[in-house]
Amino acid sequence: MSTIEKHTIVISSSNTHGRYFHDLWSYRDLLFFLSWRDILVRYKQTVIGIAWAVVRPLLTMLIFSFVFGRIAKLPSSGTAYPLMVFSAMLPWYFFAGALTDSSNSLLVNSNMISKVYFPRLLIPASTIAVSLVDLGISLVIMLGLMAWYGVWPTFRILALIPLIVIAITAALGLGLWFAALNVRYRDFRYIVPFITQIGLYVSPVGFSSTVIPEHWRLAYSINPMVSVIDGFRWALLDTNTDLYFPGIILSLAVIFILLASGIWYFRRTENTFADEI
Amino acid sequence: MSNIAISIKNLGKSYQITHRGRDVIRYRKFGDALIDIAKRIIPFTKKKISHETKETFWALDDISFDVRQGEQIGIIGRNGAGKSTLLKIASRITSPTRGSIEIAGRVSSLLEVGTGFHPELTGRENIFLNGAVLGMSRADIRRRFDAIVDFAEVEKFLDTPVKHYSSGMYMRLAFSVAAHLEPDILIVDEVLAVGDAAFQRKCLGKMKEVGGQGRTVLFVSHNMGAITEFCSRAIMLERGTIKADGTPAQVIPLYAGIGRGNSAGVFSFKDSGGPCHIDRVLLSNIHDQPSVDFELSEPISIKIEYEVRELLTELQFAITLNKDGIDLFQTFDTDDDHEILPTIPGRYFATYTIPEKTLKEGTYSLRITAGTPAELMRDISGEITFEVASHTLSLLKKSYRTDRQGIIISPGHWKQK
Repeated sequence: MSTIEKHTIVISSSNTHGRYFHDLWSYRDLLFFLSWRDILVRYKQTVIGIAWAVVRPLLTMLIFSFVFGRIAKLPSSGTAYPLMVFSAMLPWYFFAGALTDSSNSLLVNSNMISKVYFPRLLIPASTIAVSLVDLGISLVIMLGLMAWYGVWPTFRILALIPLIVIAITAALGLGLWFAALNVRYRDFRYIVPFITQIGLYVSPVGFSSTVIPEHWRLAYSINPMVSVIDGFRWALLDTNTDLYFPGIILSLAVIFILLASGIWYFRRTENTFADEI
Repeated sequence: MSNIAISIKNLGKSYQITHRGRDVIRYRKFGDALIDIAKRIIPFTKKKISHETKETFWALDDISFDVRQGEQIGIIGRNGAGKSTLLKIASRITSPTRGSIEIAGRVSSLLEVGTGFHPELTGRENIFLNGAVLGMSRADIRRRFDAIVDFAEVEKFLDTPVKHYSSGMYMRLAFSVAAHLEPDILIVDEVLAVGDAAFQRKCLGKMKEVGGQGRTVLFVSHNMGAITEFCSRAIMLERGTIKADGTPAQVIPLYAGIGRGNSAGVFSFKDSGGPCHIDRVLLSNIHDQPSVDFELSEPISIKIEYEVRELLTELQFAITLNKDGIDLFQTFDTDDDHEILPTIPGRYFATYTIPEKTLKEGTYSLRITAGTPAELMRDISGEITFEVASHTLSLLKKSYRTDRQGIIISPGHWKQK
């Protein structure tokens, strides 16, 4: 505390003090502790916590491989169907989990919001950490599966780092919108699970995005997770498909708009969170 | 800003209360918002004839005052006077509707003890988490860790999840983290109302120490003793405005006076709307005279006068008696009924009597609530207080003595053969 210089703050109705991002930075330790709390609490019931992270994507992978690969006989772009499904499941479950948690985060922490000040943005941001740990666990399983099928990772695996950053940005951008809307409208929370459910089937999780007709490919990339999922497959597997750059650029643009507008809407409404929550 | 720590100018905070018919709408619905937007976009749809009415309620109305550096200010007032709203604005939890507050220096606010504590985490983990929530950096917390643990007296249980702590240990740990913040300005709300007497004394001691170091303190309390002991200045709020500003000795008598209303023992309440309204509560003595000073040897009757405006199926009243922050008992007007009958609109009285020789000498407060199991309609707390003293019975004898253990007088009888 002694390290921070003395300053005068002015609290008024407009609250457009230019210290917003300065404030965020000075509370960076809290971001760490909130993330750390969520991870600790999640994995304190260790067995259930880890089992959940392992079992859910594995089961879904088996069902999807069976339905899309065996029954519908969709193409797998030159790799084993289960591998293709599971490599998509990694970013998808990360995105869906992070989105769900950040959307609910303000309501879950309503007590803190009504009793103490800190930049509210930290709450939805900190929830991403738990999903990142889950992603790490799933990634280990993925490597195990790859070894089982005799697929070895190449230097392309490094592309996972920017891909994960993109997925974080997408989840946070949408999560900020939903978190703020959840405070304002009490019926909004019924919409979020619906979106993640639909998203699972609309995104190329159970199938390869090559089954989409060529002239629809660009429009399909408006869903930002399309490029992330394609990227994961490209980075991990020995598929015979190349990256589709127009789609990637469109996805990045969509994600940027989501994040910028998410921060804008969140800042616009956060002053009233304590009154409405 | 020579030596002004806090400068408050024309501060106001309003809340909008939306009514639909007689119901108060607490939450907006996303579905409704979409329909409204659709109606605005699509032409020729019937614009909604709104049967919603909006009411603006000013929790704080044009408050201005300055606080000098190193001043300890006590803020007093009845429930709903605007004390908590003021603290929340000063702590940046909510923003004002009008006016501004200028604050020079680091602010720490303590509106609740243990904010952010997680029951599954250990004492050690919670110290770090709570410290960060209150604005300490990791290095700060590490540096003060031993002092925090020492003050809280929980060394042995540091690695136990706090859900296994006794409530006393929990409170001590939570207060201890907050007490080791080193802000320039400390904002404290009624946190001392919880915990046992020894804990309260310890907290007050710590706060005095903080005040002694030349820090500015803004302190809300219902405990006039604490305000007198600790503060150099007191500000009384009433219905969102400043009613009095001066030394505690000047202001506290005014506060003590407001509860007594026009005549001692009669408490009138503003109409809050709603289906059930309590307009008066009368405390009266054995001679049926309203009073707030009772003899230990006389019964105390509590009469609630209320109006019911619509058919209520399960209306109940509850009285909770409190002394020094401890609830002594709670009683419902329907306690003896096997079945709760509907109440038709009209005016009613309900009377409860505390038998004589039950309460020891001291100050008591009543909380009166009205509602159905589904909805709390009225909650009056902190406003009705009364004193019990004994002039006619000798306190040296018998179980009336205040230094006997226990809060109330033993209600039973001994028999020996």
